[in-house]
Amino acid sequence: MSSFALALSQLFDGLSVASILLLAALGLSLSFGLMRVINMAHGELLMVGGYLVYVAHQIAPSASIVLGLPLAFAGSALLGAVLERLLIRRLYGRPLDTLLATWGVSLLLQQAARSWFGPTGVEVTSPDWLAGSFAVDTGPLAGLAFAHVRLFIIALAGLVLCGMVLLFGKTRIGLHIRAVNQNRAMSSALGVNTRRVDLLVFALGSGIAGLAGGVLALIAPVTPTVGQSYVVDAFLVVILGGMGTLRGTAIAAILIGVLSAVAETFTSISFAKVLLLLFVIAFLQFRPKGLVATRSRALEEA
Amino acid sequence: MIRRSWIAAALPFVILAFAPLYVGPYYLGLIGRFTSLGILAMGIVLVWGQGGVLPLGQGVFFGLGGYAMAMHLKLVALPAGELPDFMQWNGLEQLPLWWKPFTSPVLSLAAVIVVPGLAAGVLAWLVFRRRMTSVYIALITQALALAFATLLISQQGTTGGFNGLTDYTTLFGVPLGDERTRTWLHVATIVLAAGAYFFARALGATQAGRLVTAVRDGENRVRFLGYSPAPYKILVFIIAGVFAGIAGALHTLHLGLISPAMVGVVPSIEMVVWVAVGGRASLYGALIGTLLVNVAKDSISSAWPDAWLYVMGLVFIGVVIGTPRGLAGVVETVAARLGRTRVVAAAAAAAAPGAEPIGEEVTTHG
Repeated sequence: MSSFALALSQLFDGLSVASILLLAALGLSLSFGLMRVINMAHGELLMVGGYLVYVAHQIAPSASIVLGLPLAFAGSALLGAVLERLLIRRLYGRPLDTLLATWGVSLLLQQAARSWFGPTGVEVTSPDWLAGSFAVDTGPLAGLAFAHVRLFIIALAGLVLCGMVLLFGKTRIGLHIRAVNQNRAMSSALGVNTRRVDLLVFALGSGIAGLAGGVLALIAPVTPTVGQSYVVDAFLVVILGGMGTLRGTAIAAILIGVLSAVAETFTSISFAKVLLLLFVIAFLQFRPKGLVATRSRALEEA
Repeated sequence: MIRRSWIAAALPFVILAFAPLYVGPYYLGLIGRFTSLGILAMGIVLVWGQGGVLPLGQGVFFGLGGYAMAMHLKLVALPAGELPDFMQWNGLEQLPLWWKPFTSPVLSLAAVIVVPGLAAGVLAWLVFRRRMTSVYIALITQALALAFATLLISQQGTTGGFNGLTDYTTLFGVPLGDERTRTWLHVATIVLAAGAYFFARALGATQAGRLVTAVRDGENRVRFLGYSPAPYKILVFIIAGVFAGIAGALHTLHLGLISPAMVGVVPSIEMVVWVAVGGRASLYGALIGTLLVNVAKDSISSAWPDAWLYVMGLVFIGVVIGTPRGLAGVVETVAARLGRTRVVAAAAAAAAPGAEPIGEEVTTHG
């Protein structure tokens, strides 16, 4: 395999990692932008999605994706909605406290997963139509292979992103979301039901995290701690991208996914983590609010 | 009046210092360990309760202090010229350069304080310089804890990897397992904890300490008054880092082990739990919270290993929603209700400045 082909295949792997990160980070970013809420249980919503795909796979092995992914989305969205109603609503205006309370939730969910599914991972074999890969046999790129699963993940992430852009830009509820994001008090005064918008965005973000977990189940075993291992990286994406912006989150996810794939080829996985963190801290020295900052004339922001 | 309250605060430390006279060796070990952790918890009070910045990576500084101590203990346990066992297993021929200073007890003790302090200082300078929000800082410190633990695990040949560093024999030429050594270690721990307590308390009364609290309650107002908040935040962050480093070194001595499992993301958040339970704005609350949560963890996780995470998760949600000011807040409220005069309530409110508004009071001047 030529070095160029190797670099391309790294880039491809990086993109698929970035796609999962994007799905994981979208909900975090949206709920922070809108509600100033940091949801530490977000990783566990991802985990729930993974387990739901596993359950679907147990029930109907051939339909693990067709049945599993919608189930993962719906299940995580429902759980997110319950979480918002029962817990997060009580803690508005106290971002650091929500962070702590939702961490308690994440412990409960992890332990529940451990009791139900066991401490070791469960595996989902992807269906036949996703099992192969497009291989390049001849020419300068010989040896390069694009696994169908990873292509599917990239396509799904792209689809979700497009859906979000349309939802935000073209629908009435999207307009409301943007309005609340810019100025909560003013939107409320103009008749937007801000509580409903909060609930909807939180459930939507949770559902997307569930999707992330669902596709993750196709390439790696689902374990009780799978959420925890993804959520820290997802937080870095949110920080780097700037809270509450679709564009920033998307760019940051690609940047972090590709950068860590590149760093992992040159160093080790652990050094790549350190380098990534250093990169984010260094970047924030130039743009403390991330890539895309929501402009505001408010003096103090959370 | 002030002097009397200081004596009252010192009394529990004195009682604890004499614990070897009335407590068996097992519980003495627990008291020693948990009191060392209490030093770290007081550092979190300074940064979080008084400074308003939630640190989710204190395990890193705890680990730096702990590893500095452990590296020295590991080296003195060896015959001259030999390498620690895990280095031999990993095929190392020579002691790595950065291990060399730890042959000296003086340099090692200095490293316990200087390395975490320096690391905390650099991190604080980077994050406070550019006015990052407290949420960003919380998440960055958490990512730091993850990176630190991953790095320790991956560098097995020089850090001992997942197993960490253990099997110590002597400290400054004295056998560690000896009963007299354990007694002195216990007394030293209590004295250091008392020292940290009074240092933190005295700091709160200085201008710098008041400014830190002022920054928490209204950073921009402090700026408008002509102060730059960053140096004060960096200062408390360094102090908390040093507290954590000392705690790490003491804990390593008491437990006889330091490993990546004590420094990562989860242990770092657990440290915040102790403080949240005890009361984030109260030094004594943090100490008591640390003792209570760890005693509970010790007894519950040995009786029902599975239940511990459920208990901790529920306690955490309950504390944050029910009593944001922790046990210290409950005590103050009860004391205020029981108090015969309103003066008590007023005193309690005055003793816990900034107990309200808790967390971030977002003032928007739009």
